[in-house]
Amino acid sequence: MPDTAKTLQLENVAYSWPGRASFDLQVADLTLASSETVLLLGESGSGKSTLLSLICGTIIAGSGRVSVAGTDIAALSAGQRDRFRAEQIGLIFQQFNLLPFASVQDNILLPLRFAPERRKRLSDPNAEAARLCHDLGLPDGVMSSKAGNLSVGQQQRVAAARALIGMPPLIIADEPTSSLDAATQATFLELLFAQSYAHGTTLLMVSHDARLSSQFDRVINMTDIAQTKRDAL
Amino acid sequence: MILRLAFASLIARALTVGMTILAIALSVALFLGVEKIRTGAKASFADTISGTDLIVGARSGSVQLLLYSVFRIGNATNNLTWETYQDIASHPDVDWIVPISLGDSHRQFRVMGTTPTFFERYKYRSGKSLVVNDGAIIDDLFDAVIGADVAATLGYSVSDPIVVAHGLASFTEHDDQPFRVSGILEKTGTPVDRTVIIGMRAIEAIHVDWQVQGQSTPADALRQMELEPQAVTAALVGVKGRLKVFGLQRFINEYTQEPLLAILPGVALQELWQIVSIAETALVGVSAMVVITALIGMMATIFSSLNERRREMAIFRAMGARPRVIVGLLVLEAIVMATLGALVGLELLYIGLTIGQPLIDSAFGLWLPIEPPTLREVWVLLVVILAGAIVSMVPALRAYRMSLADGMTVRI
Repeated sequence: MPDTAKTLQLENVAYSWPGRASFDLQVADLTLASSETVLLLGESGSGKSTLLSLICGTIIAGSGRVSVAGTDIAALSAGQRDRFRAEQIGLIFQQFNLLPFASVQDNILLPLRFAPERRKRLSDPNAEAARLCHDLGLPDGVMSSKAGNLSVGQQQRVAAARALIGMPPLIIADEPTSSLDAATQATFLELLFAQSYAHGTTLLMVSHDARLSSQFDRVINMTDIAQTKRDAL
Repeated sequence: MILRLAFASLIARALTVGMTILAIALSVALFLGVEKIRTGAKASFADTISGTDLIVGARSGSVQLLLYSVFRIGNATNNLTWETYQDIASHPDVDWIVPISLGDSHRQFRVMGTTPTFFERYKYRSGKSLVVNDGAIIDDLFDAVIGADVAATLGYSVSDPIVVAHGLASFTEHDDQPFRVSGILEKTGTPVDRTVIIGMRAIEAIHVDWQVQGQSTPADALRQMELEPQAVTAALVGVKGRLKVFGLQRFINEYTQEPLLAILPGVALQELWQIVSIAETALVGVSAMVVITALIGMMATIFSSLNERRREMAIFRAMGARPRVIVGLLVLEAIVMATLGALVGLELLYIGLTIGQPLIDSAFGLWLPIEPPTLREVWVLLVVILAGAIVSMVPALRAYRMSLADGMTVRI
């Protein structure tokens, strides 16, 4: 029976990138509870991106178990993993987060196109997208604007709305504030937390900026949970 | 939504996409244009003569006889005598016979001597008869009926005088016996449009004083003369019943008094197609290569856009799109570009035809009809679209592999 109290669980996970410049990552244990906000700190090359790819199911661990919302990702087929990711995980990247040629509305609604269950949770996806934009402090009428015409801060808020729509159990934010100035950074995080709490969503944010630590329920250092090995070229 | 996003992505790259579509459009227009000219030329040639069972001339090649007697291209190596002509005319299987006498010209147009029967018996485009648009057919010895192109090019109208020149590129004119335009024929799209038609007796009349220096017989005296032709260049023959065609052809080809050749126009046309088919195939091949080059250009455009679009593909993958959606997007993009290219190419073809039709007609005597696309042309367009989809599979599969390898880790 799936343990839904744990939104994310990694147990004895090991992964090796194939190729000449091989990179091995081992994670003994990483567990995130439902509604928890966690900051994952790590330097460049510490394996953060590999860890996120494992959680999102775009790569599969060589050994161990990765469970999201109680489902073992490795047990799913490639197609099922893509659908599962759309249904269960909201993603926010650093910059260049949106399709610049598409409208704000299309960007926000895009994950619902691949996640019918997530879509079913919403009676009116357009109204929900508008509400999220409003709650995230975006100006009225932004829905029809082209994403590429917005400021970087506004684009990140649209990315947050896209991650939050349909209330996925897990949101992964990969250094979403790295391209924002300090004031915009604080406002963005405040709005993101407010929405995560409101929806009972688990938030895993990856960053190398330790100054953000105080704002999260828990802070994890990559060096504490993961071992990496990089072969010499 | 995916379709809307695919179109939005194309519009965002409007310049390169537009150039690709233009390249495909031009190549499609070229290919279809060559097809139009090829089929137009074939139809124009095939429509030039209809209802004539045999063409008879001095012995030469069948294609040569067809070309000079019907298309006014090239010259006869010899004539057939009037006695021989009369002999054939009196053959019991001959239903009708029309003499043709070529050799003189007016400005750049051929002058053809014949009998009034020509206007009755000459048929084109599946049995259409010649129609006099203005005036009347030959009545007087010095009457001339001119084709539509002769009238249009030289600005002639009924009753205008015409002086016939001796030979085809001669400065020596029969100016002592001027003709009068008695009628102007309706446009036919055949060499008749570019022909000045006079009577057989008139051909003899203008040559009465030709050999005698300083002699000029008055026109009225010529009208009273017995002007029996000495020879004719060729003859168009109608046979009493299809089954008798080959018998009469054999009789003429084995005629002992002088070497003759009788040809079936359709068979000679087929020989002509065989001769030109190599050039025709080469022409179609070259234009097909242009289309293939444009499609490869489209593939190169998609390839070159892949790197800058890795982020776009990563976003789609992160949102839950399967790799096959990425492949589908790129193939769809290629189909849209190829379809737009094909449609714009078709439009360009019709614009070109509208502008070029009268010019091609007057310059080459080739009438290219402006008609809805034929089934063959529709197939060509579908093949172009299909080929576009197929060549796009190469960059699409590359994008598929890139999206699998990149996952969500692309950073630009």
